[in-house]
Amino acid sequence: MANNLAVENAGLKPAESRLAKALAGFKLRDTGFHLLTLAAAWAVLILLGGVIASLIVGSMPAIRAFGLNFLVTEAWNPVTEKFGAMAPVYGTIVTSLVAMAIAVPSALGIAIFLTELCPYSLRRPIGIAIELLAGIPSIIYGIWGLFVFAPFLQEHVQPGLISAFAGVPVLSKLFAGPPYGIGVLTAGVILAVMVLPIVTSISRDVFETVPTVLKESAYAVGCTTWEVLRSVVIPYTRVGLIGGVMLGLGRALGETMAVTFVIGNAHRIAPSLLAPGTTISATIANEFTEAVGDLYTSALITLGLILFVITFIILAISRYMLMRLQSQEGR
Amino acid sequence: MAIYDSRRRRSKFYLGLCYASVIIGLGWLALILGTLLYEGFRGLTPAVFAQMTPPPGSNGGLLNAITGSLIMTFLGVAIGTPLGMLAGTYMAEYGRYSKLTFFVRFINDILLSAPSIVIGLFIYEVMVARMGHFSALAGAAALSVIVIPVVVRTTEDMLLLVPDTLREAARALGLPRSIVIGKVAYRAARAGLVTGVLLAIARISGETAPLLFTALNNQFFSTNLNAPMSSLPAVIFQFALSPYKEWQQLAWTGALLITLAVLALSITARALQTQRPAK
Repeated sequence: MANNLAVENAGLKPAESRLAKALAGFKLRDTGFHLLTLAAAWAVLILLGGVIASLIVGSMPAIRAFGLNFLVTEAWNPVTEKFGAMAPVYGTIVTSLVAMAIAVPSALGIAIFLTELCPYSLRRPIGIAIELLAGIPSIIYGIWGLFVFAPFLQEHVQPGLISAFAGVPVLSKLFAGPPYGIGVLTAGVILAVMVLPIVTSISRDVFETVPTVLKESAYAVGCTTWEVLRSVVIPYTRVGLIGGVMLGLGRALGETMAVTFVIGNAHRIAPSLLAPGTTISATIANEFTEAVGDLYTSALITLGLILFVITFIILAISRYMLMRLQSQEGR
Repeated sequence: MAIYDSRRRRSKFYLGLCYASVIIGLGWLALILGTLLYEGFRGLTPAVFAQMTPPPGSNGGLLNAITGSLIMTFLGVAIGTPLGMLAGTYMAEYGRYSKLTFFVRFINDILLSAPSIVIGLFIYEVMVARMGHFSALAGAAALSVIVIPVVVRTTEDMLLLVPDTLREAARALGLPRSIVIGKVAYRAARAGLVTGVLLAIARISGETAPLLFTALNNQFFSTNLNAPMSSLPAVIFQFALSPYKEWQQLAWTGALLITLAVLALSITARALQTQRPAK
């Protein structure tokens, strides 16, 4: 097209042919830029494909050696080259559950405070503070957990927990053993503090989408503030809240440094929350550079693959929920 | 009336829980920052910026770690930003309603929260294992993979905020789209685009997990991109878990430096963002 123009205009006056040339140049540059941006967009997809592909390739030796048994084996013995993912997977799930059990109610409480109860002048500063906290690197939480929180738990909280639940049927198992300070519970609590700002900030955004008319109508028929929240605000925002919680869960599952510092890195499944354990990410962070032998390395990469698949599913659900909320708003 | 009273009491109880969660949550976070400031400033001496990481049991600084972090962060941003911006440009300008954009946005949002340690494994597989040794270049590559989703997201969001009337006015003058994007859309969204880059820097400056087995660590000062390089987070990880008092103190100081940098970047980004509406 552009070339044809140039040829047709060849016999015309110099000024007009210059214009045609300039236009052709425009066209060329435009197409070039378009293709460049298109390629970059594809690159993002390829990047994700590359991550998955490289993890699968890297984990092939371990998958070939252990098959599906890898998932249900507890043993982790580099000397005899027997590896199983059960202990890290268990630790990952338990720490994340502990974290969510603590973080979700508190985050909802803070979000409710910010949207419904807080005086206007405080809303912005507290909101900003929470968003800044969401950006603090996880290693900071880890170092704090190791030096401040774990010793505190060991001296003041865990002995009390152990003796308080000593006779109770199930709880005595959950809170048993010597107080190490570090362990599954500590890791869960630290994760909760990390996830708190993330869940809070999404819940707050979601709560703000509730039309004032709905809330005012509920107040007008005599609802108390709590009833408005429970029967209007939370049902209205349910989808978005689940999305936010899943996003927090995705973060908690994949969190590495904060957990590595305080989990204790013991490859076993202990019923007690006070016992040291390990998570997928902590295992990889601790052992990868020291792994000797292809099978060992490959087993660690397989762990990474499992982690990636789990978080991918959780995050995909989260995004789907948040997207549904957005289309509901009619944006 | 009795029923109403009990409903009100119930309401008060739950709202009380909300207040309590605010106090506990924010108090807890304040406690972490407070300890960090206290422990970190205690060890903040000029030597931290002038000396290398010490052997166990002696005093030293973090110069090699700080330099390493700066170099790798810079490279990571330098590689990741152009790619992220171009992809974001496609999504907001050329292919705003295309299937590809929808798909890329979904994948990008997942990459945004994907566990960073997996990114480290990925770069290990494609770079470190191929090259046969750890290197600063691999570390920078891992960081750039984390930068890309952040920049894609903010670029798209910020370009979408630019009013279409501006684009239409420019198109009506006969300008091709590439010039409309370069001279109009980018300019109108400039503050937002800078914000994205700042947020990306803030995000990677504390990243530890992807560096552990790409750039590894280095006891000595090195600017060789083809060799292992020290970084603040990796040094903190190593020193904090050591039994030596001097090392632990340096870990706190390093943690303080990272936090200050991250907070400064986030606050600058926020200030830039509120400067809009774009002109």
